[in-house]
Amino acid sequence: MIASLFYFLAFVSIFLAAMVVFAKNPIHSVLYLILTFFSIAGHYLLLNAQFLALVHIVVYAGAIMVLFLFVIMLLNLNAATEPVKSNMMRFAGAIAGGCLMLVLIAVLSKTNSMQPAHEANTQIGLIKNLGKVLYSEYNLPFEIASILFLIAMIGAVILAKKEPKTSI
Amino acid sequence: MNSILQTVPITHYILLSAILFSIGVIGVLTRRNAIIIFMSVEIMLNSVNLLLAAFSVYHNDAAGQIFVFFIMAVAAAEVAVGLAIIVMIYRNIHTIDIDELNKLKG
Repeated sequence: MIASLFYFLAFVSIFLAAMVVFAKNPIHSVLYLILTFFSIAGHYLLLNAQFLALVHIVVYAGAIMVLFLFVIMLLNLNAATEPVKSNMMRFAGAIAGGCLMLVLIAVLSKTNSMQPAHEANTQIGLIKNLGKVLYSEYNLPFEIASILFLIAMIGAVILAKKEPKTSI
Repeated sequence: MNSILQTVPITHYILLSAILFSIGVIGVLTRRNAIIIFMSVEIMLNSVNLLLAAFSVYHNDAAGQIFVFFIMAVAAAEVAVGLAIIVMIYRNIHTIDIDELNKLKG
């Protein structure tokens, strides 16, 4: 039952990811990408990583995709203005990506799939346990991430600011 | 309550991530719209995140999920700065076709 749920979700996420790449209209791409993120959040739930699933939906579907949608609507992009690569380049790109997929699958499917050796602990994905690890063992990276966010915020504001019309 | 990894082998998670990553690579290679290329990069980041979470459960170690957390933080910062750059490029040359962005070429 739970295995078939995994295969269904896997099929859905691969299909939606392919639709992101092959959709003509950028807005459709963004909507497919949001659905892809929800299916990946479903995978996290299946893995008993409830905190990750929650954060994934809040950060990706909530923050990042809204940013994407805003920028696409701000720039007034739609199917009519969509630049199209020449068929030759698209073909070459698809062949190269397909070769990468083939190599990765051929190599990684040879790994022997053992069952997990020890008894599964289904509690590690809960907020309580992750918080303990995050604020003790990974405290310094956590603080550095806050500095990264500050720098990114300043950078985004400076980049998106309108250039003042100075004549020197 | 059992872990899903006792019914689904870890190899299938590896294959799912590999396929998602390759779709992202194909998107980067075949599209010319800078925003779609950004979205393909997000798909690639997500496939890696999924694999990290799967191995974190497989090895019973919370560190993998912490790494996923940090990757999400970096991805959010990257998207904010990247979209600001795209908006600025659009303001200057009125297109985000990456084949037009060849001003740095000698």
